[in-house]
Amino acid sequence: MMIPQINPFLLLIASIFTSNVLLSYFLGMCSFISISKDLKSSNGLGMAVTLVMTITTAANWILEKYVIQRWDLSYLRYILYIIMIAAVVQMLEMIIDRVSPALYISLGIFLPLITVNCAILGVALFMQLRNYSLIQSVLYGFGSGLGWWLAIVLLAVIRKRTENAPIPSGLKGVGITLITIGLMAMAFMGFVGMLPVQ
Amino acid sequence: MKIREIATKNLWLENPVFVQILGICSTLAVTNNLRNTLVMTVGVCFVTALSNATVSAFRSLIPRKVRMMVQVLVISFYVILVDLVLRAYLPEVSKALGPYVGLIITNCIIMGRAEAFAQANPPLISFWDGLTSGLGYMLVLVTIAFVRELLGFGSLMGFKILPASFVPWTIMVVPASAFFVLACFIWIARTVQLRKKGGGK
Repeated sequence: MMIPQINPFLLLIASIFTSNVLLSYFLGMCSFISISKDLKSSNGLGMAVTLVMTITTAANWILEKYVIQRWDLSYLRYILYIIMIAAVVQMLEMIIDRVSPALYISLGIFLPLITVNCAILGVALFMQLRNYSLIQSVLYGFGSGLGWWLAIVLLAVIRKRTENAPIPSGLKGVGITLITIGLMAMAFMGFVGMLPVQ
Repeated sequence: MKIREIATKNLWLENPVFVQILGICSTLAVTNNLRNTLVMTVGVCFVTALSNATVSAFRSLIPRKVRMMVQVLVISFYVILVDLVLRAYLPEVSKALGPYVGLIITNCIIMGRAEAFAQANPPLISFWDGLTSGLGYMLVLVTIAFVRELLGFGSLMGFKILPASFVPWTIMVVPASAFFVLACFIWIARTVQLRKKGGGK
C-alpha cells in the first residue's frame, strides 16, 4: 500500500478539530464521561492521554513495520498492540515516578486507566489502516491526544454549569452530558469545511 | 433463581449501557446501520461470555498483580477469533466495521464483568453473566441503530421501508445523533425506573 500524500501538519490540525477522536469516532468515551465531572482530573487525564498516545503511536508504528509486516503476523496485531501499549504505560509510570514525584501525583493515578482507554488502541489501529508514515503517525497521535484533551476540558467546564440547572430527573447526570457532547460534536462538525482531509 | 436474578440485573436493573455507562465507546460509531450493529453486538456477546468463563476457570491460577494483563490477553484472543471469522464469512461487514472490531478489546463492559463477576464466581454462572451483559448491551445498541437507520436512510437492514416521499433526516447519519438518541433512550429508561421505585415505596 502507498503512503497517503498528506502534509503531516495538516493531519495534526485535522486530528484536533475536524476528525476529533472523541466527537467523531467515539473513542475513549467511558473515561470521558466519568472523569469529566471534575475539571482538575480532566486536565490531568487529558495530559496523560496526549503523552501516552504520542509515544504509543510511534512505538506501534515501529512494531508494525519491523515485526508484524516482516514476519507476517497480522493475525496477532491486536494482542501485540495492546501488549505494547501496556508496556509503554508501565515504563512511563516508572520513569515519571523517578524523575518527578510531583508530576507523578497529578498524572500517575491516570496512567493505569489509560491502558484500556479505547482511544489509544483506536488511534494505533487507524494509523495502521490508513498506512501513515512515521512522521504522519506521530503527529496524528499527538493531535488526537490534544483533541481529546481539548474536548474533555471543554466538557468539564460545561458540566460544571449544568450541575445546578433545572433538568428533568430522568435526564440528570449522564443524559444531559450526552446531549452536551452531541451539541459539541455538531459544533466541531463546523470545522469540516476548513480542511480537505477526512 | 440466581440465573433469573442475574439476567434481570444485566438486562434492565443494572444494564451496562444506560445504568453503568460502560462500553459505549466502540460501538456508537457503527449504529447508523442496523446490520453492522447486529454483527458487532453479537461479537461482543460472544467475547464477553467466553472471556468471562475463561477468566473464571483460571481465577485461582492467575496471580493478583498481573490479572489485568491476563484478562486483556484472554479478551484479545477471543476478539481475534471474531475478527478472523468476520473476515472469512462476512468480508463486507468486516470492512465497514474496520478497526472497531479490534476495539472490542478495550470495551469496558468486558473488563468490568471479568473484574467484578468472573473473579469471584464459577465458570458456568460467569458465562451466563457475560452473555446477559452482552445482551443488555445489544438491546440498547440495536434500538439506537433501528432509530438511526430508519430515520437517516429510510431503510432497515439495507431494505427500503419508508415510502419514497419520506425525506431522510441527515442528522441521523452524522455522529452527533448517536449521542442524542442514546440520551433519549437513557431519559426514557431512567424515568421508567424512577417511577417504578417511587411506586414501590
